[in-house]
Amino acid sequence: MDTFLFLIFAAIAVGCGVIVVSQRHPIHSAISLIGVMGSLAVLYLLLGAEFIAATQVLVYAGAVMVLFLFVIMLLNAGVEPPGGKSWPVRLLGIPLLVVLLGVVSFLIRGWIPVKETVVFGSFTGGGPRDVGGALFTEYLLPFEIVSVLILVAILGAVVLGGKEID
Amino acid sequence: MAGVPLAWYLILSAILFALGIAGFLFRRNLITMFMSIELMLNAVNLSFVAFSYKFGRVDGQIFTFFVMVVAAAEAAVGLAIILAVFRTRKTLAVDEIDSLKY
Repeated sequence: MDTFLFLIFAAIAVGCGVIVVSQRHPIHSAISLIGVMGSLAVLYLLLGAEFIAATQVLVYAGAVMVLFLFVIMLLNAGVEPPGGKSWPVRLLGIPLLVVLLGVVSFLIRGWIPVKETVVFGSFTGGGPRDVGGALFTEYLLPFEIVSVLILVAILGAVVLGGKEID
Repeated sequence: MAGVPLAWYLILSAILFALGIAGFLFRRNLITMFMSIELMLNAVNLSFVAFSYKFGRVDGQIFTFFVMVVAAAEAAVGLAIILAVFRTRKTLAVDEIDSLKY
């Protein structure tokens, strides 16, 4: 059952990821990116990270992607024109990319832990209580700093996005 | 009950990260490049959570939480910058946005 769920949602994530990269229209990319984030939320649940899964859906698939969609529609972003690539790029690009990825995966093959398996339900330390407990004791200082960062980001977005009044 | 090898999660994370890099390099639209960055951040989050499972500690999930917060802030500021750029240049193609001031 675990393997089944993992394979389904990993396939959805990779498929939507390919669409994000390959589509020429930003709206299609944005909708597929929501698919990637939703399937990643399911994978977080399988890994026992309940709070992070909920946050993923709320913050990423909800807030951030709605922001993206608003900006795409606001700017009326259309299909991007095909770029003028030179003939060596056209001819060699994809084969060289495949060779590079092959070499990299061959090199890192030995580092990946093979023995460990992930069984759903065997790690239960990811609920809101556990995350909040760690967040407000051990990680209190980074939490406060991040709240200041958010405030600065809000002010920066307002200043940058606001209309200039002469 | 047979579980999923942890390596599969890491491989999925690597595939998503590579897709993000590919999108960032191949696409010429400012917004799509920005979405590729979000894809890379998500890939890193997945390996954080996978290692959080492996070590049985919550720290990896805390880091994922912080990455999400920073990504949200980055999206807000970045999209505001894209709006400002579009207002002056009337284009989103990165090849045409090649001078800093005008």
